[in-house]
Amino acid sequence: MLDWLAEQIILHWDILQYLIPAIPVTVLITICSFSLAMVLGLIIGVMRISSIKLLSNFASIYINVIRGIPLLVQIFFIYFGLGKFLNLDRFTAGVLAVGICYSAYLAEIFRSGINAIARGQHEAAQALGMTRFQTLRHVIIPQSLRIVIPPIANEFIASLKDSSLVSIIGLREITRAGREYYSQYFVDFQTWVMVALIYLIMTLTLSRIVKYLERIYAVEGFGSKTR
Amino acid sequence: MIIKVKDLVCKFGDICALDGISLDVKKGEVVVIIGPSGSGKSTLLRCLNALESFESGEVTIDGTKVVKENKSVHKIRLEVGMVFQQFNLFPHLTVIENIMLAQRIVRKRSAEISRQKGMELLGLVDLSDKIDAYPAQLSGGQKQRVAIARALAMDPMIMLFDEVTSALDPEMVGEVLEVINKLADKGITMLIASHEIGFAREVAHRIIFIEDGKIVEDGPPSVILDNPKQQRTKDFLSKVL
Ligand SMILES: Nc1ncnc2c1ncn2[C@@H]1O[C@H](COP(=O)(O)OP(=O)(O)O)[C@@H](O)[C@H]1O
Ligand SMILES: [Mg+2]
Repeated sequence: MLDWLAEQIILHWDILQYLIPAIPVTVLITICSFSLAMVLGLIIGVMRISSIKLLSNFASIYINVIRGIPLLVQIFFIYFGLGKFLNLDRFTAGVLAVGICYSAYLAEIFRSGINAIARGQHEAAQALGMTRFQTLRHVIIPQSLRIVIPPIANEFIASLKDSSLVSIIGLREITRAGREYYSQYFVDFQTWVMVALIYLIMTLTLSRIVKYLERIYAVEGFGSKTR
Repeated sequence: MIIKVKDLVCKFGDICALDGISLDVKKGEVVVIIGPSGSGKSTLLRCLNALESFESGEVTIDGTKVVKENKSVHKIRLEVGMVFQQFNLFPHLTVIENIMLAQRIVRKRSAEISRQKGMELLGLVDLSDKIDAYPAQLSGGQKQRVAIARALAMDPMIMLFDEVTSALDPEMVGEVLEVINKLADKGITMLIASHEIGFAREVAHRIIFIEDGKIVEDGPPSVILDNPKQQRTKDFLSKVL
């Protein structure tokens, strides 16, 4: 019994040793693709509410097309499809695929965040002589950002989990490392328990951080809307 | 004439909010607009700084025609400050930041000059101790005084006040009206939509009574409030007094 336990601990430790170098890769993919998603998402979200029909239609099509295709298919398309012409390496392709996919979801979040700001704010800004762009940049978006922090944080956590899909194109992140370990030593149950645990620890830690951030961001003057 | 309005018509679908308004305002004149709710007071003020576009007619501010879809709109809005019933302060900015923002990005003033101007105006509205407060930490009356300071910071030629005391608790109405009174003494041209008849008598050079988007009667307070010619004015006054 004790022997078995010792054996298991050594095995899990061994698996962990194997997986640890892949953790930074997962983190890097997530951070890079999510940064891309934030920038793209904000641009598309603002375009979506533009009064210029061409822009809002483009944004609307972008959002619907991207959200209507499974991420896995997008990864294949970008790595094998576009990658051929553009000569994309695995990392770039993976980051692009996850980034673009999440930008569509973030665009919708940004759009609803912008729409949640009362009309009076636009009017007050305009009455002070601000242009539409200045109004967005200095009055509306700073307020929207605080509204959208919780849903964006959820998307971030989701994108961390979805980054496991890029293992399919051979990027050696956590999931890929798990598969390699398995195919070398044929230990399945323990390997996937360890992989799952690593993801779980990361996502739970992130949720904690988000809760904390939400608390500090609940600065005075916020949450309670102007009457 | 700093403001010229001619045959102004403004519609929302089938509703004719303004039905042929003509009105000239002299520099330095204080005009109070009274009338029942829904009569078009807000719409009239909003047409003056192109927050609302209109069907037909002409609005001229200091010689510049107001056209909503036009670059000149920003120039006109610089000359026309507006204060709203709902304050509309920027909740993510402190009091001083609220007052500095448009000075910085629209008037392109330096931070130092904007701040100085802000402090000066906060002195005028008696809120020097609240510079670093957020709007949510202020009472309604204080918020409205900040909103007035914010509009004044742009050095407008004309100030529009749209029922600025209607959302306030009664005990805070006085402090806001007092500020508007001070401005009247400084000779700023003002158009004030208000239900405060007593205040109108005190501050107005001229009172306009509108109903159903039309000017019913226009004259000095002594005439409009004490000896109105129109039956409709009499009826309205007997209800609000
Ligand atoms: N944005 C709008 N959409 C539709 N109808 C409006 C809008 N704004 C004002 N109205 C209508 O126009 C009329 C005049 O409104 P308003 O100028 O707000 O009156 P007041 O300020 O005197 O109460 C009212 O019948 C009102 O319902
Ligand atoms: Mg009104």
